[in-house]
Amino acid sequence: MENSLAIKITRRNLLKAGAVSATAMATPSLAAAQQATQAGMQAMSATVTLRVNGAAREVSLDMRTTLLDALREHLHLTGTKKGCDHGQCGACTVVLDGRRVNSCLTLAVMHDGAEITTIEGLGTPTALHPMQAAFVKHDGYQCGYCTPGQICSAVAMLEEVSQGVPSHVSASLTERPLLSAEEIRERMSGNICRCGAYSNIVDAITEVAGSKA
Amino acid sequence: MRPFTYERARTPADAAASAAQVRGARFIAGGTNLLDLMKLEVETPTHLIDVNGLGLDQISETPDGGLRVGSLVRNTDLAADERVRRDYAVLSRAILAGASGQIRNRATTAGNLLQRTRCPYFYDTNMPCNKRAPGTGCSAMGGVTRQLAVIGASEACIATHPSDMAVAMRLLDAQVETVRPDGATRVIPIADFYRLPGDTPHIDSNLELGELITAVNLPKPVGGVHVYRKVRDRASFAFALVSVAAVVQEDGSGRVAMGGVAPQPWRLDAADAAMPQGARAVADRLLADARPTAENAFKLTLAARTLSAVLAQARA
Repeated sequence: MENSLAIKITRRNLLKAGAVSATAMATPSLAAAQQATQAGMQAMSATVTLRVNGAAREVSLDMRTTLLDALREHLHLTGTKKGCDHGQCGACTVVLDGRRVNSCLTLAVMHDGAEITTIEGLGTPTALHPMQAAFVKHDGYQCGYCTPGQICSAVAMLEEVSQGVPSHVSASLTERPLLSAEEIRERMSGNICRCGAYSNIVDAITEVAGSKA
Repeated sequence: MRPFTYERARTPADAAASAAQVRGARFIAGGTNLLDLMKLEVETPTHLIDVNGLGLDQISETPDGGLRVGSLVRNTDLAADERVRRDYAVLSRAILAGASGQIRNRATTAGNLLQRTRCPYFYDTNMPCNKRAPGTGCSAMGGVTRQLAVIGASEACIATHPSDMAVAMRLLDAQVETVRPDGATRVIPIADFYRLPGDTPHIDSNLELGELITAVNLPKPVGGVHVYRKVRDRASFAFALVSVAAVVQEDGSGRVAMGGVAPQPWRLDAADAAMPQGARAVADRLLADARPTAENAFKLTLAARTLSAVLAQARA
């Protein structure tokens, strides 16, 4: 799988190169096509090392590959979900160098050497992260598709609060934000749950925030 | 997404030179708007110049008592900076009113200034749009205009500028510091940074080919009460129908800028001068030349009332 994209590009460039040489010399030469392919590969693909859930993973990918697609299609970490693919739904949320981001809105090639934590790195089925356990306890989902993004987002969001990052609904910009339900809703507005499990999601996050305080 | 080549720039001047040399090149920083548009093929760069490694991510104090905000400072970091929260609260408030936590963690100061309009016709590559494809016409004219501009627009384009942060920057008289492809630097007052659409709506700003923003400078604090109020269709993570940024001094004087109503943050000296006379006088001056459509005329009433609420809040 890791090489499947590269193969596809090779084929595309081979076809392109074939078309070019066809006009130039009537019969496409395989050597010329391969040369063009190599040049195209150099320009349009790259090899990067991502540190995912604590392990260094080297991937060769098309420049266009988002961090989300690198995680799912190249590293087979399918816990991170693709929803809208435009940064609006939050299903693809991962923690990149300590901060929650939409992995669909950034290119993998931009993150050589970066530390990435996905839902697979937060906990395991036998040793759940406290946020995962709280989502289970409070039934903070229905279909579960948005859940990995919700959980990664919630964990990083509590870290933002502990660092004193204010929000749109914080009454004061200079005092430490209190984690009310209103604050949680505002801070989690980048994660959509189409099943509408919001009230249980807020309960789960509130419990984890309370136990941290 | 169309294929592109990619480089990591080593210095700001190198980045600018490269951007001027390679036809179809674009800078990429946070990428939250550019990649969104590239996926739709609204933007089709042939070459991306990654500027994230340029070290332009610091906020420092300037000799004249202001702040120099590096162009790569993330929106979260700018809004949370203690000096900004204390002395430029309207800027923190404006940033926090925009986007989501995830997007603010990636989006940069310069990228926020340069984000493109969210006019639905700009996003729809099946429709004519003078901003996306010059000369094809404006689908918004006679189309759905509820979200679009009521002032400063032209026959060619009635798109709004979507940024909240830029409204506060305009209010605070920020200055945009740049480097050009020949390595020369210049400072552009934010009042001169954006262009009204006229008959060239595809050009949003007065940046030259290859010119890279390196910092945005905030003049020394102006004091007063800072308010940013955003009115939108949802309580969070939505663009403004109308937003009002204001700094109000104890004697009733002050300054006002609006978002969501024009192709750029909207501020007029005559409106600022009317501050002691109250919200109605300010709104009348600020929106005197408005030419709304039937569908977005409500924005004039909404703008006046939002302004009134903001001034009441500032006086409370």
